[in-house]
Amino acid sequence: MTETAEAAATAPPPRRRIAIRGAGWILASALIAALIMVPVAALIWQAAQGSDGLWRHLAAYVLPHALGQTAMLMAGVGLMVTVLGTGAAWLVTAYDFPGRRVLEWALLLPLAVPTYIVAYAYLDLLHPLGPVQSLIRDLLGYTSPREFRLPDIRSMPGAILLLGLVLYPYVYLPTRAMFMTQAASLVEVSRTLGTRPHQIFWRVALPLARPAIAVGVSLALMETLNDIGASEFLGVRSLTISIYTTWVTRSDLPGAAQISLALVLLVVALVSLERWARRRQHYSAGARRARQFRPQRLHGVKAAAALMAGLVPVTFGFLAPALFLAVEAWKRFQFAGLSDRLLVEARNTFLLSAGATVAVLICGLIVAYATRLLPHRGMLALQRIASLGYAMPGTVLGLGVLIAVANLDRLIDRSAQDWFGVSTGLLLIGSGTALGYAYLARFLAISIGSVEAGLSRIPRSYDNAARTLGHGAGATLRRIHLPLSRPTIAAAGLLVFVDCMKELSATLMLRPLNFETLATHLYGEAARGTYEEAALAALAIVIVGVLPVILLARVRQGDNGN
Amino acid sequence: MSASQPIALELDRVSRRFGRQDVLVDVSLAVPRGGITCLLGESGCGKSTLLGLISGIDRPDGGSIAMAGQQVSGPQTFVAPEARNVGFMFQDYALFPHLSVEDNLAFGLRGLPKAEQKARIAEVAQRIGVAHLIGRYPHSLSGGEQQRVALARALAPKPAILLMDEPFSNLDQGLRERVRRETVEILKSLDTTAIIVTHDPQEAMAVGDQVVLMRHGRVEQSGSPYDIYDRPVSSYAAEFMGPCNRLNGIWAKGNIETPIGRFPADLDLPEGALAVACIRPQTLAVMRDGEGITARILGKSFLGESEQMDISVHPLAQPLRIHSHTRSPMAVGEQVKLNLNGAQVHVFAEADTPPPPKKLD
Repeated sequence: MTETAEAAATAPPPRRRIAIRGAGWILASALIAALIMVPVAALIWQAAQGSDGLWRHLAAYVLPHALGQTAMLMAGVGLMVTVLGTGAAWLVTAYDFPGRRVLEWALLLPLAVPTYIVAYAYLDLLHPLGPVQSLIRDLLGYTSPREFRLPDIRSMPGAILLLGLVLYPYVYLPTRAMFMTQAASLVEVSRTLGTRPHQIFWRVALPLARPAIAVGVSLALMETLNDIGASEFLGVRSLTISIYTTWVTRSDLPGAAQISLALVLLVVALVSLERWARRRQHYSAGARRARQFRPQRLHGVKAAAALMAGLVPVTFGFLAPALFLAVEAWKRFQFAGLSDRLLVEARNTFLLSAGATVAVLICGLIVAYATRLLPHRGMLALQRIASLGYAMPGTVLGLGVLIAVANLDRLIDRSAQDWFGVSTGLLLIGSGTALGYAYLARFLAISIGSVEAGLSRIPRSYDNAARTLGHGAGATLRRIHLPLSRPTIAAAGLLVFVDCMKELSATLMLRPLNFETLATHLYGEAARGTYEEAALAALAIVIVGVLPVILLARVRQGDNGN
Repeated sequence: MSASQPIALELDRVSRRFGRQDVLVDVSLAVPRGGITCLLGESGCGKSTLLGLISGIDRPDGGSIAMAGQQVSGPQTFVAPEARNVGFMFQDYALFPHLSVEDNLAFGLRGLPKAEQKARIAEVAQRIGVAHLIGRYPHSLSGGEQQRVALARALAPKPAILLMDEPFSNLDQGLRERVRRETVEILKSLDTTAIIVTHDPQEAMAVGDQVVLMRHGRVEQSGSPYDIYDRPVSSYAAEFMGPCNRLNGIWAKGNIETPIGRFPADLDLPEGALAVACIRPQTLAVMRDGEGITARILGKSFLGESEQMDISVHPLAQPLRIHSHTRSPMAVGEQVKLNLNGAQVHVFAEADTPPPPKKLD
């Protein structure tokens, strides 16, 4: 029996190639990374063009004020999310009371409400003629808003309050994870060393959770910088707003680019904070595999108080605005049904988000798989560049894409006129390609990160087995990695889809003429002060936004092993 | 195995570095067609890395690899693993969990028409004895069954060479022996050229037609199991292949002078150089009386198949170890005579450097 001998004799000579291994994958990843770098490069280029005399005006009048407002907003939101997030995390970790299990995931719900929607909802809720103030006046026996009114929510404190209410889960999530995995044994040790129960939070838990809190705060602040709707509705002249108005009302692209670069510096600081904190978190992860934290059982009044305390952020961050939107949406629906316009916008939103999600997933898969194939330092750098967009405020990224794509559009148009005598107009912006590009740049990090996490659970020997069984890198990806990491990829797709759907700041800048998404519709109505179908649009966004929160809550529970 | 057999695989001064660490240094090797070659060595000696280089999963930093006379890896050439026609059986088997046994077996057969695939799967499953598992999924298989499916999957595409990385180490002791014997029978019946990586010298000698002993990324010695066991080229090789009594001595007139006697050896050393003698425990014998060196029994343990004794011999600081397949009537503490007549003694220079890499021609 000489099967192998025959096989060797009849086998075709092996294909030869002088190969840089995986050259195609590196090239594709480099292209993607370059694509992500283009908007930033365009910004810098545009900023360097100078803006005639305007820059002096900007530097003297616009920038200092905007910087001050942004700094105040960030400080306030930072403080607020730290207190709310850490407090909530400690509450559901250290104490056990009826309703705790529900509260554990309910505390994540405000994540489903974008900042511009919470601002929109409260603007109406707390309007001097709105339901809340009317109720208070009725209770106190006043008849007119002139006699009594609450402080105006359209203010810096109002903005801080509302942003804090929906952004605290960014702190809650990592801090709670830290408490769960780290604190148990350390708390027990410190008890035996004589720390009293009420001192434990300050002396043990809080110092321990500092890196996690820092990660959460930096993410929440990135969202704050990204926000355009809430600041606009609430009258806070932040940097983001200045960029937008400098471009829209002053048509000063270089000026907007220059403010953007100032904002980018802030982002770099935040990213450094996050990186630094993650490294710290990494060091302390040595003490893992600890027991589960055994919470202290509360009874009676104390239990009720704990539940009430836990419900405060859930109520104000999610229940109240969501309920209000539901009621308003229902009223509107009964009054006018669903308008064709809204349906078109819903379809626009869906198609655009779905298209962008597919692109984001494919690019993420390419970069993550290329990094697995060739875990070189160069490839890791490419991956990091491709992930840059997650920290960039949508307005900044949108502006960068606008500059790059508008120039490209002009080039295409001129070439088409020269060669074919046809004007293509703004081909890329007009078709929504530019907007899809901005989504890709902004959300690619989510898909790279998730796909990489999914791939890392597949043993290397599977790759090698598939390769020696005659499959190339691409076939191995298709037949082994894709089927085995389908759940992670699906989860990443959901996250990206919802983020695209909620996206407002870049969408405002880059959407084609007469093209509205649910988010821009809402923005338009709120900015005009009309309240027609905005509640329906907002409700739709919140409902879809709850999906990833459910996913997140389930993953959490899976991690807890029960 | 004769030298006239065609060469299936030839490695010429292959080297590999990870960062600043040399994992393989100038490894040269010829694997004849149709035999089993065992790569033997401690963990970290580079044997698994070598397997990776042969399969094309990894690329060497220097040297070249040729299969059936065709260069597959060299300074100007690199054939991707999927184009090399090698089979690889992994230590963890790497069965794809989302595919049935049948689909796992079919995985390496793409490019064949469906009907031929079916026929080949049936043939290989039958021969390896996994036909009854064909519809099952990997997680429902026992360790032994997984091992066979992995073997069948690697053999299904009729590889020119089968590479096996510690193929028996995931099986428990009782099963290991049987699976090993069956695997060797299958490989022999198919006339497969196989390279098996192992850290167990017993396994290497039982399985291999050729054994390649590796040390710190170099080939220490290669040859038939008998060659390596009976004619080790270094004290490292002697001690790795089996237990040894190690005696220090001095070289004088073609002999090593040790405290318990002098032994001749065919060695080219300067007079007065330090040398080492290694003596296998089973080639020593003691008797109650008669000719020999006076010794005392320090300990005795009964191992079933054999007896093991530790004896102290004046003036050695270390006791000598003896293995005997016959039972001895002597008790611990008794005085005995040590007989060196049958002793197999391997003598090496003290400065125990590995020999220079052999040239292939």
